[in-house]
Amino acid sequence: MMRRTLIAGGLIAALVVAAAMPSRAQEEETPTPPKQYWSFDGPFGTFDRASAQRGFQIFAEVCSQCHSMNLVHYGDLERLGFSPEQVKAIAAKPFVNGKKVADIDDEGNPIERDARPSDAFVAPFANPKQALATLHAIPPDLSVIVKARAGGLNPLFGVSGPDYVYALLIEGYANPPADFKPASPTSNYDKYFPGHQISMPPPLSEDRVTYADGTKATEEQEGRDIVTFLAWAAEPTLEERHRTGIAAMLFLVSLTGVLYAGKRRIWSDVHRDEHDKED
Amino acid sequence: MANSTKQNPLVRWIDYRLPIFSFMAHELNEYPTPRNLSYWWNFGSLAGIMLVIMITTGIFLAMQYTPHVSMAFDSVERIMRDVNYGWLVRYIHMNGASFFFIVTYIHIFRGIYYGSYKSPRELLWMLGVVILLLMMATAFMGYVLPWGQMSYWGATVITNLFSAIPIVGNDIVTWLWGGFAVGNPTLNRFYSLHYLLPFLIVGVVMLHLIALHQHGSNNPLGIDRKGPQDSIPFHPYYTIKDMFGLAVFLIFYAAMVFFWPNALGDSQNYIEANPLQTPPEIVPEWYFLPFYAILRSVPDILFIPAKLAGVLAMFGSIGLLFILPWLDTSRVRSARFRPIYKWFFWVLVLDALALGVVGAHRPEGWWIVIGRAATLYYYFHFVILLPLLGKFERPLPLPVSISAAVLASHRRPGTVASEKA
Repeated sequence: MMRRTLIAGGLIAALVVAAAMPSRAQEEETPTPPKQYWSFDGPFGTFDRASAQRGFQIFAEVCSQCHSMNLVHYGDLERLGFSPEQVKAIAAKPFVNGKKVADIDDEGNPIERDARPSDAFVAPFANPKQALATLHAIPPDLSVIVKARAGGLNPLFGVSGPDYVYALLIEGYANPPADFKPASPTSNYDKYFPGHQISMPPPLSEDRVTYADGTKATEEQEGRDIVTFLAWAAEPTLEERHRTGIAAMLFLVSLTGVLYAGKRRIWSDVHRDEHDKED
Repeated sequence: MANSTKQNPLVRWIDYRLPIFSFMAHELNEYPTPRNLSYWWNFGSLAGIMLVIMITTGIFLAMQYTPHVSMAFDSVERIMRDVNYGWLVRYIHMNGASFFFIVTYIHIFRGIYYGSYKSPRELLWMLGVVILLLMMATAFMGYVLPWGQMSYWGATVITNLFSAIPIVGNDIVTWLWGGFAVGNPTLNRFYSLHYLLPFLIVGVVMLHLIALHQHGSNNPLGIDRKGPQDSIPFHPYYTIKDMFGLAVFLIFYAAMVFFWPNALGDSQNYIEANPLQTPPEIVPEWYFLPFYAILRSVPDILFIPAKLAGVLAMFGSIGLLFILPWLDTSRVRSARFRPIYKWFFWVLVLDALALGVVGAHRPEGWWIVIGRAATLYYYFHFVILLPLLGKFERPLPLPVSISAAVLASHRRPGTVASEKA
């Protein structure tokens, strides 16, 4: 019985593993991004606030020049540790010069106004066609980017989204192989990008930003910070989820113990019955 | 419970006119149940509880979700970000689909192992297959609602299957879409049906339970109960056993919801649907992979094109389950007393797992060969092996009764009192 249960359990586990395996055949030899340590990994993971705030600075000064982040609102930044006053100041200063919020004034005339904490991050382009005309590519929205790449946030197996994004940004822009032919004038070689032709030029480099908190802006530091910020943007409720999860697990394990004791007790007369007849 | 509640005059007044209390006492409390059910019998009630969890969380999600092609994706993200505990309700619902299928598949394989589909439980089994079909339709349409890339392209691929129908196929697909491509009308009708079908499932589950309670549960020995010594009342024995099993199950379920909520899903579905950009791979959710493998394994057969043949083979694989009670000619229910069938059962389990793995890979090279072999074997098992095995296999002697077997196993571990053949 025990043996059969084990076999069956193993088979079920195998089914889950088999289904979740990184199974898509990779066309080109894209190397596997190395595993990184992230503050938000694992059941106890939280966002490293300082790193995420620095990451926001990179987003505001670098990424947001081309990429939108439509699902995040300025007010959300309070959850990241910015004060309400800081958030107001951030909202009032456009990421891209002159990019304001389109609105309608009290007389019904279209106007452009400063963003407020209740507004979503102002996008650099009005629509994808404008982006395409300007950049010859459509930069993806970054709101959930680490959940939408590789195995996403917190995969059980395989490459995680944060590892992939970090590898693509920091380690991917290597010297192209001799036979690399750019598919278009805007193509760059990236080791980790599927097909290796990426329109985005290398976005980060040493001292690309001057950190407000004085941290030395090495390329690796910038990569870690922006990925931490992107992970927060993709799932701002992660910390609450982890906290609730720990409490739920403690509760469920205790409940299981109590119910097991109850089961033993209630079934004891059935088993005693069997032993009585034995004599 | 029955006696104590009947003493309440109000309860007695109601029960005399509407025998709801007698009914509950009879079906949930006194309901005689074989005394030897193993933990494999927990999965039916787990599936029922999953259905309730899915309906409850689904109703709350529907209060915040917007079924429109330009708003659906963002409305789901709004649930994740701005709705109080929206992330929790959505992750319970999303992972709930996977866990519903896990417990249902185990429930089905338990029925196959212990011959639970045999007389007099054929209709009980067939109603179960109807529930499976309804579940699959519901899960498929639910996956379309977040309107991610895999939602859109999955919907496109699966609805296109109907174009395999000769002559009227393309017209049927246009009719299903409500347009000339998957679009807003498609999303709206899928939302409507995704809300409707679970309640149909509830209805069929009721019938499933009525059929179950007519003859009671099968049991690991697969023999009928011969008298009161073979039964124990459902309450408290199986209520506590089901609750303990539920708690263990919830540990696994909660671990996924809280710590790996997206591990069973496809990261492509966090990219908003884009009709102009096909994702590198279109893969269904894991619980459809074996069927997807069958669909893609079948080549052109004579004058039947591969697409139609694949669709027929895929639906046929569930059709075989429907007529399983008549394909299996053995009169012995439990595989415990069928020395050859027992092995072929595990081969079938491996075959289903293999199909699942094949379904996750592109149909290239060896995967095509393995997929075809596994599909053929699936059909071989049901169409050829089962009818013949019942005729040629010599079953082991069956125990005299459930209680005799239970007592014997307590006296001398590993032996079973047996009837002289």
